[in-house]
Amino acid sequence: MLIKRKNNPIAELYIVEILTGLFITIKNFFFGKTVTVQYPEERRPYSDRYRGQHYIKATNGVENCTACMLCPTVCPAECIHIVAGERPDKEKYPVKFEIDVLRCCFCGMCEEACPKDAIKLSTIYEMSTTVRPVYDKAFLLEQRGNK
Amino acid sequence: MSTQFEIIFSGIKILLVFLIWFHSAPIMAWVERRGSALMQNRLGPNRIGPFGLFQSVADGIKFIFKEDSVPGHVKKFYYVLAPLISMIPAFMAFAVIPWAAPMVIDGHTITFHVADLNVGILYIFAVGSLGVYGIIMSGWSSNNKYALLGSLRSSSQMISYELSLGLSVIPIIMMFGSVHLGDIAMAQTAPLFHIGSIAIPKWGVFLQPLGFLIFTTAAFAETNRLPFDLPEGESEIVAGYHLEYGSMKFAIFQMAEYGNMTTASALIATLYFGGWHFPFLHSILSFLQGHIPMMAALSGEAMEWIRVACQAAFFFVKICFFMWFFVWVRWTIPRFRYDQLMDLGWKVMLPLSLVNIFVTGWAIYAGWL
Repeated sequence: MLIKRKNNPIAELYIVEILTGLFITIKNFFFGKTVTVQYPEERRPYSDRYRGQHYIKATNGVENCTACMLCPTVCPAECIHIVAGERPDKEKYPVKFEIDVLRCCFCGMCEEACPKDAIKLSTIYEMSTTVRPVYDKAFLLEQRGNK
Repeated sequence: MSTQFEIIFSGIKILLVFLIWFHSAPIMAWVERRGSALMQNRLGPNRIGPFGLFQSVADGIKFIFKEDSVPGHVKKFYYVLAPLISMIPAFMAFAVIPWAAPMVIDGHTITFHVADLNVGILYIFAVGSLGVYGIIMSGWSSNNKYALLGSLRSSSQMISYELSLGLSVIPIIMMFGSVHLGDIAMAQTAPLFHIGSIAIPKWGVFLQPLGFLIFTTAAFAETNRLPFDLPEGESEIVAGYHLEYGSMKFAIFQMAEYGNMTTASALIATLYFGGWHFPFLHSILSFLQGHIPMMAALSGEAMEWIRVACQAAFFFVKICFFMWFFVWVRWTIPRFRYDQLMDLGWKVMLPLSLVNIFVTGWAIYAGWL
């Protein structure tokens, strides 16, 4: 259905309308509040629950992980690879713990599945590299969050 | 005043105009990016140099160091020629624009435009209409349907608006009785009427407000700026005529656009805003000479040079204002649809400019102007 527009002869001359528009743009030019975040210097606050770069929580310098294989099982992207081993005190531990971070979808299910409070997603979101990264155990053991 | 001096002086004038014109592109690119950003509540490029001023330098270096590739399917000769042809006419048109009143030293007149052509404005139209060849050539030689469509749109747009552009200037020529831009600028210094002791100058815009509106609108269309930038409407025809261009050749198209803007701004300032005319400059200078001892000691010739510098500076300010106006309008008004563009050109602006000519002619006949 066509909607009949009201004719406004003064508005159809455009001159007044254009001047109004020019006034609005110049008002924004001088008094408009910029909304830009100057990224490397200023940072937007992120939630503490943000799911970023992974780490394995350690207690007294020993990783919490017992290589129970729950996280590779639950992982939908199949990016966690664990090789289990045995400590002298008969405790199970991960000999190798690798996360292929290119496959990771940061869903956080590993964190939810972990019974030992070991694998965590920190709030770090600057993860770009020039190589294809696979996080190994030494890298994951850096304590980079407080979850 | 030997011939040698005249040659050197002409050289200086050419260099000065060339430098100003040449630098308008990088500075305007920065102004446009920062200006548009601030109008849209952003910040724009602010990293390189103070306020991001060297952004354009960085961009220029990037353009120069990029691979200057020529696509395999283009007509190479015309493809390379096109950016130059679109840039040079805009620059040539600037030659006849005066930027200060002529000055007399030892009985010799020194003029302040590069070429003292008595055909003035006709020359500008002749040269300015050459600019469309660059666009057609680039579109055609690119051998690409979108580029061709863009250039066809552009050529029809420029031809349509050139009519009203030319016709809107005729009343000015009728009133001031000359096509020489120096004479037109000089005629605009005469007082129109007095309010108390303040003389309102006879600027074109006061006598020809309609002509000014039509001329400015047509100038926007001629320079392919928004709201008339249909030749490069990216939603319909990708990027228009410069679709197949990269690296420095693309940058030359950008420079041509800003150069056209500079020339158009200078033309608007000259025809409708008194050119180099600085209102009350004489009273200001004599007031300063009366009150500052350092200036009272200056000779007449030195005062003349100061007068020329002031006028050139004020002309520059006028040009800057219209350059800014181009940017300002660009971020205010959305693009026209193609049929609306043609309607405006043929059904509104052409009749209006014709009516303007007749009304002005009648007013001159009746002795009002």
